[in-house]
Amino acid sequence: MAELSKTTTEREPILQVRNLVKHFPLTQGILFKKQVGAVKAVDGVSFDLYQGETLGIVGESGCGKSTVAKLLMNLERATAGEVFYKGQDITKLSGRALKAVRRNIQMVFQDPYTSLNPRMTVGDIIGETFEIHPEVAPKGDRRRKVQELLDVVPDLGLYINRYPHQFSGGQRQRIGIARGLALNPEIIICDEPVSALDVSVQAQVINLMEKLQDEFNLSYIFIAHDLSIVRHISDRVGVMYLGKMAEIGTDAQIYDHPTHPYTQALLSAVPVPDPEVRESRERIILTGDVPSPANPPSGCRFRTRCWKAQDKCSTEEPLLAVPERFKGQDTLAAHDSACHFAEEKAILAV
Amino acid sequence: MPDPERPEPAGYDPVGPRPKEAVSPTGQGGPMDLALDEAESVEGIEKTAGPGASGPRERARSLWSDAWHQLRRNPVFIVSAALILFLVLIAIWPQLIASGDPLQCDLSKSQQGSAPGHPFGYDTQGCDVYTRTVYGARASITVGVCATLGAALLGSALGGLAGFFGGWGDSLLSRVADIFFGIPVVLGGLVFLSVVTSTTVWPVVGFIVLLGWPQIARIARGSVITAKQNDYVQAARALGAGNARMLLRHVAPNAVAPVIVVATIALGTYIALEATLSFLGVGLRPPTVSWGIDISNAASQIRNAPHMLLWPAGALSITVLAFIMLGDAVRDALDPKLR
Repeated sequence: MAELSKTTTEREPILQVRNLVKHFPLTQGILFKKQVGAVKAVDGVSFDLYQGETLGIVGESGCGKSTVAKLLMNLERATAGEVFYKGQDITKLSGRALKAVRRNIQMVFQDPYTSLNPRMTVGDIIGETFEIHPEVAPKGDRRRKVQELLDVVPDLGLYINRYPHQFSGGQRQRIGIARGLALNPEIIICDEPVSALDVSVQAQVINLMEKLQDEFNLSYIFIAHDLSIVRHISDRVGVMYLGKMAEIGTDAQIYDHPTHPYTQALLSAVPVPDPEVRESRERIILTGDVPSPANPPSGCRFRTRCWKAQDKCSTEEPLLAVPERFKGQDTLAAHDSACHFAEEKAILAV
Repeated sequence: MPDPERPEPAGYDPVGPRPKEAVSPTGQGGPMDLALDEAESVEGIEKTAGPGASGPRERARSLWSDAWHQLRRNPVFIVSAALILFLVLIAIWPQLIASGDPLQCDLSKSQQGSAPGHPFGYDTQGCDVYTRTVYGARASITVGVCATLGAALLGSALGGLAGFFGGWGDSLLSRVADIFFGIPVVLGGLVFLSVVTSTTVWPVVGFIVLLGWPQIARIARGSVITAKQNDYVQAARALGAGNARMLLRHVAPNAVAPVIVVATIALGTYIALEATLSFLGVGLRPPTVSWGIDISNAASQIRNAPHMLLWPAGALSITVLAFIMLGDAVRDALDPKLR
């Protein structure tokens, strides 16, 4: 596992995110709007994505996961920071250049019930990608290309003229995936792609995504709040809290050797099916609510709910780096963690 | 619009992953197996399941061709379209079914009931009510249809653009619409139309459009704002779609239903508004014949001669009903979920 982390760092990243910031302005007034503050939805997030890997991003509701996805897709303009796709900063692009980049970065949406236009047939929904990017498929060829795509995704091939409401949730999500694949992208950003589905259908969709990843050498950014699914699909995992990355590492590093107290608390909350294990394990119960992103705590964002918090935490913001005590050690705990008092704690992982 | 959790189609088995062969589409006979597998689940949902499963590939279909196909089989549409066609025909050529002259009146027959050759009787001036009802269709339908079309097009274009782009343009348009909302219809009509000397229907149409567009604009703005927040609009943007494509293909078809409903209901109101304006002497003026003029003249005589009111009012009601039915049928045809 340590070897794996070494090889990933040596590879060339396909997507580099540096200090990404998104503040949504809070305004007052109807006609003359005055800015009175900002919701700091994403506040300085950095990570890399490598070719062919899956990076899972987890965190509780409102921590900025979906905003990160929208920023990477350029659906929202970043307030600050850069996203480099093959060395090119895509946050500043617009028009033709942005459209060209969009061919390579696509998205699968959370809710299959709203992500497909109810008034378009499946053939039109997928065929539209070729209307927008006519260079991908010449006009006479489009129908065949759509059919090919539908054949890649299980049990949709025959229903090109159906409307979305005639499909089940799992089938709809597969249509969404087929649309994401249409342009042959290198990166697919999945914003909670299975959280609206039944558990049994989740497995089908996840397995399909893994199969497609091998087939087309895709890189995924997989956003979810279900820790066990993220562990199943991800090569590396990032944990977000209140607009910041708390900890990032390979799945074994994060799940078996978490060093950030928030990650440890998250993992201790994962439901365990075995009642005996459940009885014996330690639950870390966090007190209080997530602070408002409009007015986050000073220093470490997690300090208001952390049992290790000291004065240092309120004055000095911990950086996302390998903690001092683990530096140079050949242990799985030696991975990036934004905590002044990072240490291992025996947690029963998923 | 958020879709409530739809029940799984009967027979669809979400439990457990499918067998390996079924998952592999390239396997020999894979699609056929799936077709058999799926045929049960979709049976009864849609007719195309049959040809879809047996025939190799169907021809491409679109929302509009499907809607037209649906409309042609809808009795509500056929009845309303026939009625509207008939009304349009007599509006253009009233002499087709009425041989008399609506302005040829005989005072000695004032308010008399039906007589041979004059089935609807006579009005206060002794004019034939049947002939006047037939000839009145032209002015009333012109006003109703043109005012509705004008208000609907102007209102949905302005409201739709304001809702889609938002920002200061939206604020400006909303406030302007508020101002127009504030104009009282009767007072506004007296002021605007009393300075017009033309005897055609167009000043009346123009005035109704002027007062009618803000209502449609508000509805259109609201429903565009609802539609544009859907994920499929984001998905189109993520694919690189331009504003025109998003607005025309994704937002407009999903936002048009409330506009159609409100516009068809407004059509009746507009014909009635024309009657009100004519009654005040600022709408259509004689010698123009219109249902509005006749209804207002007859309203005060309802106890003496109800037939004078009944026939033009009945014609107006049937016209309004026909357009409401048409609007309803079109709205349903544009919603694939109702098929």
